Amino acid sequence: MSKPMQLPLPGFEQSRARWRQTFETQTVDAEPLRNRSGIELKPLYTPADWDSDRYMDDLGFPGEAPMTRGIYASMHRGRPWSQRQLIGLGTPEDYNRRLKRILASGANAVSLIPCNSVYRGFDADQVDPVLLGTCGAVVNTVDDMETCFAEVDLAALSTAMNDPLPFTLLAFVLAVAERRGIPWTQITGTSNQSDYISHFVANHMFFRLSLPGSRRVLLDHIKFCNERVPNWNPLSVVGQHMQQAGATPAEAMAFTLCSAIQYAEDCLEAGLEATRFLPRFTFFFDISMSFFEEIAKFRAGRRIWGRIVRERFGIRDSRAMRFKFHAQTSGVDLTRQQPLNNIARVANQATAGILGGLQSLHTDAYDEVLSVPTEAAARIAVNTQNILREEAGLGDVIDPLGGSYYVESLTSRMEQQIEALMDAIDAAGGMYQAVSSGMVQRMIGDSAFAFQDRVENGHQVVVGVNKYQREDGPGERSPLERPDPALMQRQLEKLHRFKAERNDAAVRTALDGLAETAAHDQGNLFEAVVNAAGAGVTHGEICACLRRELGDGQPLILP
Amino acid sequence: MLTDTPARVLVTKVGLDGHDRGSRIVAAYLRDAGMEVIYTSPWQQIPAVVNLALQEDVEVIGISSLATDHLLLPKLMDALGAAGLDHIRVVVGGIIPDEDERMLLDAGVSRVFHPGATREDIVEAFATLALEARSAAE
Repeated sequence: MSKPMQLPLPGFEQSRARWRQTFETQTVDAEPLRNRSGIELKPLYTPADWDSDRYMDDLGFPGEAPMTRGIYASMHRGRPWSQRQLIGLGTPEDYNRRLKRILASGANAVSLIPCNSVYRGFDADQVDPVLLGTCGAVVNTVDDMETCFAEVDLAALSTAMNDPLPFTLLAFVLAVAERRGIPWTQITGTSNQSDYISHFVANHMFFRLSLPGSRRVLLDHIKFCNERVPNWNPLSVVGQHMQQAGATPAEAMAFTLCSAIQYAEDCLEAGLEATRFLPRFTFFFDISMSFFEEIAKFRAGRRIWGRIVRERFGIRDSRAMRFKFHAQTSGVDLTRQQPLNNIARVANQATAGILGGLQSLHTDAYDEVLSVPTEAAARIAVNTQNILREEAGLGDVIDPLGGSYYVESLTSRMEQQIEALMDAIDAAGGMYQAVSSGMVQRMIGDSAFAFQDRVENGHQVVVGVNKYQREDGPGERSPLERPDPALMQRQLEKLHRFKAERNDAAVRTALDGLAETAAHDQGNLFEAVVNAAGAGVTHGEICACLRRELGDGQPLILP
Repeated sequence: MLTDTPARVLVTKVGLDGHDRGSRIVAAYLRDAGMEVIYTSPWQQIPAVVNLALQEDVEVIGISSLATDHLLLPKLMDALGAAGLDHIRVVVGGIIPDEDERMLLDAGVSRVFHPGATREDIVEAFATLALEARSAAE
């Protein structure tokens, strides 16, 4: 928080008193303004709120403690943020076509979004065919993954794999790499849905093992990757799910940091080296419309994480302190009414994320609120990033808002609020306990209701929804893109052929090995998943085996 | 709006997606409005929804769909019909493309709500449809 100014500035007090008096005569609204995290916003910030004498304590230099200004010395000057758009729709062939188009346009950071059936732990033949491929690519086998990356150099890519536990997609990629003679040390990217706690909290669409089972699979995954796939980030701790589910920006940051502490403590307890696993921890956040609050959230999060690594875990290595994060503009803030307005919203959100020092960014397509994005809308989303980087020059100067009285004061206030929330989670026994008991889910639900109330009563303006409405419908847009049912039928036939032609003995041995490893609580579970993937076991079979051995995870019902 | 007996409604999600912010908020709206709300976790199977509707004697089923799960609804409508529950009204809310809205209404869904729908409209629609269902059942 602010400490009093060290040096009285000549005339400061008199000018401030004069300004306050005039300000009060000119403003009628006595209600204090608050941001989404509930922090009161003053109309003006001055050196009384943040004093540059605090520079070395609060800010320092990018790339070193306290990390506020950025995690690398060169930040976006050295390397622009990665443009990482979510892709995935239809069959593996559809994915491969779209991937090659994206690579041809110069991208090297890609993503793979699987179908919801994959998220839920099923093969294509276990769900209603009408849903197949409507929200992501259907990938069930090593052969499907081979098709996804056909004619693409796996070693030249960094892939964000939307691959919740038990990480079958990465297992398939490793099997493909083996077939192609590519060493696993050259496989780079992130398992960016590995944070099972966030799935339990926010319910999204993921395959759920029991909490203890999930805990074990993730730990084995981190261990295996640290040793055998050392350039892969096995963990991305996700605040995005929580904020989309209704958490305030401060809550989302606090819960995410608490999850990261939980995972780090689990790793330490399993005997892993902090200097080895911490530099591979990454984070993933939502960026809402609350512009300065989001910037302050990211700056505060960076500072807190650096302090946790130094003080709680006793690590001085700056690589371990780096709060590397990917961010996505908030889908919840987009409106169906006058949908082109969403282009302006996304640009505002992306700007906040960039000024907040992100490493990688997904900008939402404006039509995400109408359907799975069309390609034309996705192009605008990509160009929004190009415009911000190359026309507006947002990456030209590191932490350009550093030293702003408002931003520094808000960063400190957000930091305090985040830490107070983290203390509450610590007092409840840590994140794992706080999620098992439903405490975090309840807090997020309460915040979601409170926000909705503010929209309903008009305190939170949503243009086109509760203000500046127009009578017309959503307006012109490109036609819906849905997977071709005939192609999906072929995909199902491919799956049946795959199962008929594989080596049954090898499949049985690998599945038995997986069940054995799970049942006896020894050996590395993810290694058993990798072996199974290579032996021709399908995604659905691997998930069913683990469900059987480790137990299903049930969502808490909190209406 | 309501008669003495409160409306009995089921709020749920079918299919593969679990985003439940919307279904939780709508359930709370309806409960605050005095209705009897049966709420389930996401990922329900259609036969389970039909059974629950039958056991709980609901008048309106509200389905939240954010990621194409509404494509299953024609099957829900058929299953309700097959179980002799034609009187039950079905409301859908979420990310529903216009093309699909027509398909849903043709399949017998009573109302489709999109993002930005207000509490007032949602509560009123459920109340009206519950009365309709009640008289259709008699």
